[in-house]
Amino acid sequence: MAKRTMVQALNLALRQEMAKDDRVIVMGEDVGLDGGVFRVTDGLVAQFGEQRVLDTPLAESAIAGMAIGMAIYGLRPVCEIQFSGFAYHSFHQLENHAARMRWRTQGGLHVPMVLRAPYGAGVRALEHHSESREAYWAHTPGLKMVIPSGPRNARALLVSAIRDPDPVIFYEAKALYRAFREEVPDEEETLPIGQARVAREGRDVTLITYGAMLPPTLEAAERLHAEEGIEAEVIDLLTISPLDDQTLADSLAKTGRAAVVHEAQRSFGVGAEVVARLMERAFYSLEAPIARITGFDTIVPYFSREKHYLPHADRIAGRVKDMIKAV
Amino acid sequence: MPRKSITPDTDLEQMSILDADGALDTDLEPDIAAETLLELHHTMLLARRFDERLLNLQRQGRIGTFPPCKGHEAAHLGAAAHLRPTDWMVPSFRELAALLWRGASLEQMLVFNNGFNEGGALPPDARTLPMAVPVGSQMLHAVGLAWAAQYRRTDEVVMTFFGDGATSEGDFHEAMNFAAVYQVPLVFVCQNNHWAISIPLHKQTRTPTLAQKALAYGMPGMQVDGNDLLSVYVAAGEAMARARGGGGPTLIECVTYRLIMHTTADDPTKYRSEEEVKAWLARDPLPRFQNYLKNKGVLADADLSAIEADIENRIQAAVTRAEARMAQPHDPLLMFEHLHAERPAELERQRRELADELDVAAKGATDG
Repeated sequence: MAKRTMVQALNLALRQEMAKDDRVIVMGEDVGLDGGVFRVTDGLVAQFGEQRVLDTPLAESAIAGMAIGMAIYGLRPVCEIQFSGFAYHSFHQLENHAARMRWRTQGGLHVPMVLRAPYGAGVRALEHHSESREAYWAHTPGLKMVIPSGPRNARALLVSAIRDPDPVIFYEAKALYRAFREEVPDEEETLPIGQARVAREGRDVTLITYGAMLPPTLEAAERLHAEEGIEAEVIDLLTISPLDDQTLADSLAKTGRAAVVHEAQRSFGVGAEVVARLMERAFYSLEAPIARITGFDTIVPYFSREKHYLPHADRIAGRVKDMIKAV
Repeated sequence: MPRKSITPDTDLEQMSILDADGALDTDLEPDIAAETLLELHHTMLLARRFDERLLNLQRQGRIGTFPPCKGHEAAHLGAAAHLRPTDWMVPSFRELAALLWRGASLEQMLVFNNGFNEGGALPPDARTLPMAVPVGSQMLHAVGLAWAAQYRRTDEVVMTFFGDGATSEGDFHEAMNFAAVYQVPLVFVCQNNHWAISIPLHKQTRTPTLAQKALAYGMPGMQVDGNDLLSVYVAAGEAMARARGGGGPTLIECVTYRLIMHTTADDPTKYRSEEEVKAWLARDPLPRFQNYLKNKGVLADADLSAIEADIENRIQAAVTRAEARMAQPHDPLLMFEHLHAERPAELERQRRELADELDVAAKGATDG
């Protein structure tokens, strides 16, 4: 097995799916010769040609809208939106068409497309390049929302997303693109969409997170173990929607306490949905209020202050200690 | 380095073949077989009568809000007449005659217009997309379909429809630009009916024509009399041939008029004059085409009454069937169907929630 960064792992997924299936078309701004601004599509145009790797004019509504037409025709477009902060133009097409085409035609037409976008803060980026607005997509009936947390699951989930018969929004944490390498097998691997994984087992508290917040959450868990003997179970959601609340409820039944960690702003977000699901499904397991350890309800600050905005291991460990002491 | 003027390298033409007074330019008159002319007429008349019936049904509360199309029949039918079954049509929401030409079912449309999802059902091999309500958004799907058709090396062509208001949307710009950059086999048909609900054309754009917008994208554009089926037919035929032959997209502006309200929820007397409507009624595409057929000896008055009777029967039969179908108990749980290929667990729980509520209500009704 080769050690790969998340960028290389995503590239492997695209390369292998394109080689296998000529319906798979990669499209977006600068995805050709440039290989995408983060190099996820590097080398694909040389291998597959300009008909399979489509450098588009600069228009995010068109990238999504054109992909919808291609998908209805029977192709499997994989769109790259350069930064998720520019994907709001695409939102109109996804919400009004991609998400509901199957439903409004009673199963006649469907839209097997993927919209990939780098998201999140922590890389000293420009304004509009650091947001974590996954809740917008997750709030839309008919869309799936996936956020991998490392090279291996990113590769496997992207393959699953490409093969999914329905539209999938695939957010890639910029902070994880080259943060670490992981063994990613050359052999095909997929992961089911809609399934969370237990990233660390524990009995005292459940920490629920995803994407770029997984590393600081795991670090907090190690610190809690070392400093306080607290054993945190860490759950990596991988898919935001549909949410695997069964895995969350099972963990809560064991630990009785939970916190949600995400870098998106707090209100009306994924954390709120997770808390609501646990109230519905595991209320009698609860020994303490569920905490939300998240970004603040501000605009993501310019990068000189982003480390104060983003949840970090100290903050996560501190909040968990308080939670356990309080009750 | 002097200043000089730059002339775009595309000509812009305007065309009218059969005018409102019935004068015919025989040099431009297309050679359409009598049988096809009669089929076109039949579809046009069916669209007009069905539109009128829909309006009556809406006023009687038997269907919901809908966008009537009176006055537009030639503007879209003349273009759609060129579509082969394997070509794609991407409509907006005012192309009734074109939909009928493509085989849409009256019964399904009635069911759809009365708020039943069942009326929107399409077979998997459908090549006419469902109507698109968000203005202009469908044009991008047409670009994607056309790109895919080209990628698959077919000779299929895509035709998309939109109105004058849509030309102000960003999606219009993006679709025109993408289509031209990729030189996809696509025909853009703009039904310029002069009014986007209450906004007149001069408040929508500063350009004297919409066709000229094509020049900015590097594609041919043409303005035609949209109330003259022959003009639309000729312009669309050229655009289809160009697209099919690898010559890329074309924009056709069909100048027409909405002789009626935008939707049944709107009152046009608030924003436009009766004189204006009257002037356009004199240019109604239907009698113009009928007179042409009569002058040509293709249609006799006696035939016309038989056609009218046949259409009336067909519409009545569809209304009877649709209403009988809608009077049957219908399952509210259908709203949960077809959202995904596979229903997620949470959605299944919500479905169960409504199913239980329905069970309790049914039991209450039985017990009561």
